Amino acid sequence: MASVTIRELKKAYGTTQVMHGVDLDINDGEFVVFVGPSGCGKSTLLRMIAGLEEITDGTVAIGDSVVNDVAPSKRGVAMVFQTYALYPHMTVYKNMSFGLKQAKTPADEIDRRVKAAAEVLQITDYLSRSPRNLSGGQRQRVAIGRAIVRDPEVFLFDEPLSNLDAGLRVQTRLEIARLHERLGSTMIYVTHDQVEAMTLADKIVVLRDGRVEQVGSPIHLYEQPDNTFVAQFIGSPKMNFFEGSDIVGNASTDITGIRPEHLRETDAANAMVSGKLELIEQLGEYALVHLTTSSGAEFIAKMEHPPSVGKGDTLHFNASQQLIHKFDKQSGQRRT
Amino acid sequence: MVDIALSGPRGPKPRKRFSRRNIFIYGTLIVVALYYLLPLYVMIITSVKGMPEIRLGNVFAPPVEITFEPWVKAWSEACTGLNCEGLSRGFWNSVRILIPSVIVSIAIASVNGYALANWRFKGADVFFTILIFGAFVPYQVMLYPIVILLREVGLYGSLTGLIIVHTIFGMPILTLLFRNYFTSIPEELFKAARVDGAGFWGIYFRIMLPMSLPIFVVAMILQVTGIWNDFLFGVVYTKPEYYPMTVQLNNIVNSVQGVKEYNVNMAATILTGLVPLVVYFISGKLFVRGIAAGAVKG
Repeated sequence: MASVTIRELKKAYGTTQVMHGVDLDINDGEFVVFVGPSGCGKSTLLRMIAGLEEITDGTVAIGDSVVNDVAPSKRGVAMVFQTYALYPHMTVYKNMSFGLKQAKTPADEIDRRVKAAAEVLQITDYLSRSPRNLSGGQRQRVAIGRAIVRDPEVFLFDEPLSNLDAGLRVQTRLEIARLHERLGSTMIYVTHDQVEAMTLADKIVVLRDGRVEQVGSPIHLYEQPDNTFVAQFIGSPKMNFFEGSDIVGNASTDITGIRPEHLRETDAANAMVSGKLELIEQLGEYALVHLTTSSGAEFIAKMEHPPSVGKGDTLHFNASQQLIHKFDKQSGQRRT
Repeated sequence: MVDIALSGPRGPKPRKRFSRRNIFIYGTLIVVALYYLLPLYVMIITSVKGMPEIRLGNVFAPPVEITFEPWVKAWSEACTGLNCEGLSRGFWNSVRILIPSVIVSIAIASVNGYALANWRFKGADVFFTILIFGAFVPYQVMLYPIVILLREVGLYGSLTGLIIVHTIFGMPILTLLFRNYFTSIPEELFKAARVDGAGFWGIYFRIMLPMSLPIFVVAMILQVTGIWNDFLFGVVYTKPEYYPMTVQLNNIVNSVQGVKEYNVNMAATILTGLVPLVVYFISGKLFVRGIAAGAVKG
């Protein structure tokens, strides 16, 4: 087990700079999730930690030693890929033992470790099958098993759930969370899905265009987003932004952010913001009400009971003061 | 309105066996098949006829009396100049040229392709462009320079020299073939193997090679037929005692003295074409199976 320390990490392909100096501390045993839109550099960052992508500038340290020039297999990392990346010509057992064989581990030790990992992941029955005879979920479990047997200091997950269907995704997500609890290893997990990030992470790192936007616990990012990007990326449906005279008491240089779940319906006298009803998405437990302000800006309110008014009618909302976020209109930074 | 109950077979109207479409398709196929099979038929029947029967001039008539004398003669007795060992010597020369050329060229080209596809080194693109350019240079341009080159290193006229020439000329197209195939193998497999601790050769032998049987078969077919059928290099870079089968065949068929023994010539030609034919029949199935297996890999 080990910590990961990243300092001033830069990556360029030719003249195109894709990582602009990332600093990051990952503590021993922490579950860290890199999250961001596609092309933000989260996978590149992960591959640089794994040693699969050359480091242009800066350092990556695992434990106490800088590993910039250390081969991937010598870094004490194991990686789980989005497409599973199982060797198609080998059985599950051979897939899982390949890494250990490369490291010249004694055969009985390999056997013990593979069996133990298979036990944990409940894939003992499939050990002699070839990957092509497994379902997507089983394949991903084998891929995780292949990582476990190497007993790495750091686990790296590159969007491991993206190829699974919705039901399996939830289930495998839980299994990964349990695995982390059980092994206590450092885990770094890349996803573009903020739900995965919120549910799994001890610490979320939000990336955009090769820069870290904010680092913090899921709840901290939800309650205190540093800027408009993080505010809209974390939470679903995303935070509503209001400008100008759409909202009562808004300074002209500010953007006011209120999450859909924090809007409360009220009467015209107490209204902070009002909008014309456009559409209601009824989800059973709650309804998402889409509205437009008088200036044409769209926003969403999450309501337990959908209003019994027709399309085009005006609804009024307010929100408690501590749930209102203020951002600078120019820079997008949070106003404290 | 009256409901009319329909009974009996349902579904779309069955297509007529002798539709205009079918007649056209099968007609074309039959004509094309005849076009290719007729010469083969003439060759085979002529090769088992005696000379008197051939002199009658009935080219398409089946043999009255079947004799394998011409085949024996073609294989072991036909003369080229002073030498009367028939095709057999050329056959063994060809085998001695073919086996090392095929193995060495595929071995080198597959490693080349693997390096170009997976281990992107500085200047890889330039290297690849030059290599591909090599595929478009006509052989004739290179003939004389290579003669000089081989002479300078003392390999002119030897089998080794010819093997080297075949290996080099196979390189552009084979490297391209392997590179494209290896590029189609998901990159993440390669990365997983690196994290698992396999090196350049470990990944090549344990991951890439076992997954690439089909492309090795394709490369083998290309090289075996290409090298076996080669005439130009064989005649330019070797001396008579090392002439490959194709050159030997030409010398037998084109020998000027004596009667033209059409039956022997036909037998000799079929014998020479047999090796590529056998390779196609044996590996063709494997080849198709390999491609199909790759297609449904989930």
